[in-house]
Amino acid sequence: MKAWHFSENAYPYLPPAEEYESIRVSLPNRIYDPEKGAALYDRFLDEWLIAEDEGMEIMLNEHHQTATCVDPAAPLVLAALARLSKKARLLILGNPISNRRQPVRVAEEMAMVDILSRGRLEAGFVRGVPYEVLPANSNPVRMNERQWEALDLIVKAWTNHDGPFSHEGRFFHYRAVNIWPRPYQQPHPPIWISTTSAGGAARVGARGYIQATFLTGFDGTRTIYDAYRRGWREAGRGNDVPIDRLAYSALVYTAPNEADARAGAEKLLWYVTSNKVPPHIANPPGYVPVQANVAMLRGAEHPLSAFRRAATVEGAIEAGIMFAGTPDQVYRQMKKLYDHVGGFGHLLIMGQAGFLEHDDTVLGIRTFAREVYPRVREEFPDTAISGVA
Amino acid sequence: MQRRSIAIAGVELDLFEDGNGPPLLFLHSAQGFAPEHPYVPRLSADRRLIAPSHPGFGKSSLPDWIDAIDDIAYIYLELLDRLNLKQLDVIGCSVGGWIAAELATKSPASVRKLVLVGPVGVKTGPIDRLDIPDIFAIPQSEIERLLFHDPERMRADPSRLTDEQLAISVRNRETLALLSWEPYMHNPKLLHRLHRVTAPTLFLRGESDGLVSADYLAAYARLMPNASTDMIVAAGHAPQMEQPEAFTKKVLAFLGAVS
Repeated sequence: MKAWHFSENAYPYLPPAEEYESIRVSLPNRIYDPEKGAALYDRFLDEWLIAEDEGMEIMLNEHHQTATCVDPAAPLVLAALARLSKKARLLILGNPISNRRQPVRVAEEMAMVDILSRGRLEAGFVRGVPYEVLPANSNPVRMNERQWEALDLIVKAWTNHDGPFSHEGRFFHYRAVNIWPRPYQQPHPPIWISTTSAGGAARVGARGYIQATFLTGFDGTRTIYDAYRRGWREAGRGNDVPIDRLAYSALVYTAPNEADARAGAEKLLWYVTSNKVPPHIANPPGYVPVQANVAMLRGAEHPLSAFRRAATVEGAIEAGIMFAGTPDQVYRQMKKLYDHVGGFGHLLIMGQAGFLEHDDTVLGIRTFAREVYPRVREEFPDTAISGVA
Repeated sequence: MQRRSIAIAGVELDLFEDGNGPPLLFLHSAQGFAPEHPYVPRLSADRRLIAPSHPGFGKSSLPDWIDAIDDIAYIYLELLDRLNLKQLDVIGCSVGGWIAAELATKSPASVRKLVLVGPVGVKTGPIDRLDIPDIFAIPQSEIERLLFHDPERMRADPSRLTDEQLAISVRNRETLALLSWEPYMHNPKLLHRLHRVTAPTLFLRGESDGLVSADYLAAYARLMPNASTDMIVAAGHAPQMEQPEAFTKKVLAFLGAVS
């Protein structure tokens, strides 16, 4: 088991939520104070490096036009981390390649970071959440098709070493692809994909890439992992799915005593409670299948918003989207989910949110790293096979 | 009345036809085509009404290769060939008006008279303002306010639709996004092609249309050599739905007798 410290680089100094329509896309950036923002970047970079010192790996992501994640150009932060860090694996999860118009540029950026970090890059790719299509001006229809064409092209750009090749596809056109530098790792950095649907997971499994899923809880995660394992086997990759192919992201806060753990967990819930986004921004046409939209018009909730039910610490723990408490409590909560879903090899820890201040964030990182991580590594070994009790 | 499917370039096109007389092609708005709407029998009373559902709308299929309004205009040129129609009148509403305008620029001789109802398709305004309000970034209630003169009366109630009707309406919106997302609601080339359309053309809009403004309509009409504009009161972006009688009266008067 590998544990990753993941910070969304949120900007929490916002007016009361009643005063704005949406925390994403339309929130005016006059609210953003560059001085405070600079201090936050310093702080979040420090926290990643503290996690590294504690033996954890580093993860970051990218969103646009939002106070929840002021990291609209994640490869830039990744480049800084490649130089500032020394040993941690560096996971970007991910590059929103349905919304990036130049996949070859993404291949170049990732190759550079891989070189700068001397082979510590873990390259993640995402379709992008629905709120991303307006900032990117990206057509919400046929995003999956774009994502897969872009990914195949990126892999080819990384692995082709014999001079220019051309690509004339459905969505992307290049006459001469021949990137410099090529990646440090051979044949290329490990590839991660995040997915929330079973269909997507089966496809990721067929390719053997690492499947990550975010805040999908007990049954949602099991459905996705089952689909991944099915896709893996049906593609002839063998019966055994290595545990390191699967990753789960949860809100995690660990402290030596219950009172401190509780206080930290409450602050971490900011991600759930502050994600104010109206339906017209949260659900652009074509993002989810027609039948899912019909179900929503009949009263079902958006497939991506199930986690919002878990707006309390107890509810979030019960739903399996949060592990919070003393080291022993966190271990047991995590084990319950691990056993339910058939195991996973990576825990992506959303360990900072909103007004969780630096000292509290560091306390959470250190307590987990020192009191939970050794036990987790021993009891959930990287040699395990996924889906085997 | 006849409903059938015609295969064109990978599209299974759902085609409605009714009536006898001079042919009249009706190109529906993003809401789709439904024969039960009162304007339909009025249009087919003395005409052969031909109303396809656009690819990706209604029951028409959407092959992977289609992603632009321009593509649909070519599908309809092929449809006219299949039906052996050398020239006919064309009505297009909203996005259907865009298709009609594209079609007319590609084959001006195919169009005898043209009616564009709250049409989109060109960009005439300043670079820093959308000509058409962004229907993909505003609440449903606001869309209804822009669409209708009387939203209370016109609003579709999902609970009164079957699952199939609801699925069609969701898919219509999805296809609309595919076709009109970027450039938003226009083809930058169309503006430079409209001079080819010499057919007498009526630009029509509902007085309360919140999507297609009077200025937009007038600017669009100025791009064509033989165009006039008119307006329907107590109607929004879909006067054919909101004021079917006034709509058909104006349209049929403009189309007049065919020699």
